[in-house]
Amino acid sequence: MLGTLSVNQRAAILSIVLLAVGLLVWEAAIPAQKAAEDLTEYERLTGGGAPKAGIPPPSDVIAKAWEQLSDPFYDAGPNDKGIGIQIGYSLFRVLSGYAAAALVAIPLGFLIGMSPVAYRALNPFIQVMRPISPLAWMPLALFVIQDSELSAIFVIFICSIWPMLLNTAFGVAGVRSDWVNVARTHELGHLKTAFTVILPAAAPTIVTGMRISIGIAWLVIVAAEMLVGGTGIGYYVWNEWNNLDLTSVIFSILVIGVVGMLLDAAFAALQRGVAYVE
Amino acid sequence: MSKHFLSIENLTQRFPDGQGGTLTVFENACFGVEKGEFVVILGHSGCGKSTIMNILAGLAEPTEGVVKMDGFEVSGPSLDRGVVFQNYSLLPWLSALSNVTFGVRARYRDWTKARVIEESKTYLSMVGLEGDVIHRKPSQLSGGMRQRVSIARAFANHPKLLLLDEPFGALDALTRGTIQDELLKIWGGTEQTVFMITHDIDEAILLADRILLMTNGPFARVAESVEITIPRPRTRTGIVDHPNYYAIRNHLVHFLGERSKALSGQKAEGPQRPETVRIDRTERAVDPDPAPADTPRLRAVNT
Repeated sequence: MLGTLSVNQRAAILSIVLLAVGLLVWEAAIPAQKAAEDLTEYERLTGGGAPKAGIPPPSDVIAKAWEQLSDPFYDAGPNDKGIGIQIGYSLFRVLSGYAAAALVAIPLGFLIGMSPVAYRALNPFIQVMRPISPLAWMPLALFVIQDSELSAIFVIFICSIWPMLLNTAFGVAGVRSDWVNVARTHELGHLKTAFTVILPAAAPTIVTGMRISIGIAWLVIVAAEMLVGGTGIGYYVWNEWNNLDLTSVIFSILVIGVVGMLLDAAFAALQRGVAYVE
Repeated sequence: MSKHFLSIENLTQRFPDGQGGTLTVFENACFGVEKGEFVVILGHSGCGKSTIMNILAGLAEPTEGVVKMDGFEVSGPSLDRGVVFQNYSLLPWLSALSNVTFGVRARYRDWTKARVIEESKTYLSMVGLEGDVIHRKPSQLSGGMRQRVSIARAFANHPKLLLLDEPFGALDALTRGTIQDELLKIWGGTEQTVFMITHDIDEAILLADRILLMTNGPFARVAESVEITIPRPRTRTGIVDHPNYYAIRNHLVHFLGERSKALSGQKAEGPQRPETVRIDRTERAVDPDPAPADTPRLRAVNT
């Protein structure tokens, strides 16, 4: 029967089976809480009947997800906001830091890519700055900017700038001289050459850099929000940990994964849009 | 000296040879091209043909000497000098049509979009590309089709001088033949001046009004300018029957095979002008030639 199905269909069936098996094993592995009647007198006296904090079973997580997703935008004070609001804050920070990084990295990358001197002059700085964990900037950012919200955005900015900068420079430097010659023999000006020849030629490399950057930015925002606090999905995870609500922690971990996947899929689509075959 | 439409005067190109010295590719090259003329330059690899081409296109600077077109010195690339490159140089993210409109729009900046597209389609159809094919990307076209697009882009711009850098070098022999025919057809309808590089002797004879022969480098020079005394319109099958064809072809083969080597490496003083060679067997054919004159005598012996 399986032989008649396409590869995709077979893979989908296997995925569902793996998910079901995984959830069952998880559910079965959680020890049940003892009911009050089954306890000995001694246990009751020593407080053994109080519910123990443990990893919640998947059924609890699913129930939590249902509860959260059916009202994602409620706002009941600073420590109790819906998951939609928290994701919204995180996305806003990621996208604004990311957009600022793109606005700097792509034009600067263009200049670096066009000029071998600029490339060599700036390369040592880039190589030193690039491996710095973005969170290491946090204390400095907090001190200089004096605003936790802007500091979080700055951390996103500083972590997403490098892949975009390097890929843009690399892409622009690698544009085939034949295509540049076509622009030259057609008397295109510098700006027109940049937009009609170099940009489309380097676009696949640039978008690859953008895709790497958005992935890193989404990784970093969770940690940054744990530090700055207040709002956002990272803060939400940490807050629920402080509440010892592991069901919510697991639920929010899954949400982080899904949003990251969607961001990546958006850039994958953009990548397909600018791809060309030589 | 400047009577020609295009005149190349004392052109010299030297490159550093990597060991501190200089390598002279060619020195004091002088030749001219008339308006509407189809000139082909033939020579071995490394003799500096492509360097001359790049200088004419304005993509490279000569060490010494000038190129004048219409009395003005050439500097930098210009729309007046269209180039068809060997590797087609189409922009791979644009369709065939967009590659041509790219050129037309650069040339006629005040034209409406509709007019640009119409003009581009006209030129694409001249090289035999019509219908859905023109909306394909270069990667979806065969090598021959790509070069057709490239030729259409060049002709649509009406450059004063069209430079063809081994345009058929990467094509198989059959495709090459068809596109040569198409090039002749599209060229025949214009007064386009063409300067072309090739390795292929038959291609040169078919297309050219005049063939410039280059000796081997270093110190390469344009040694001869061979007139192709075969009347137009020419066809690939027609020219081989012409009495001048093999005479010219043999001359070219001998030059490339022997004399290009023998003449190479000679450092010469002063401007180097090519020697004009004219091979014409038809003049003898028109006169009562020896063969018919002999026939009666032979017959007389028999009787």
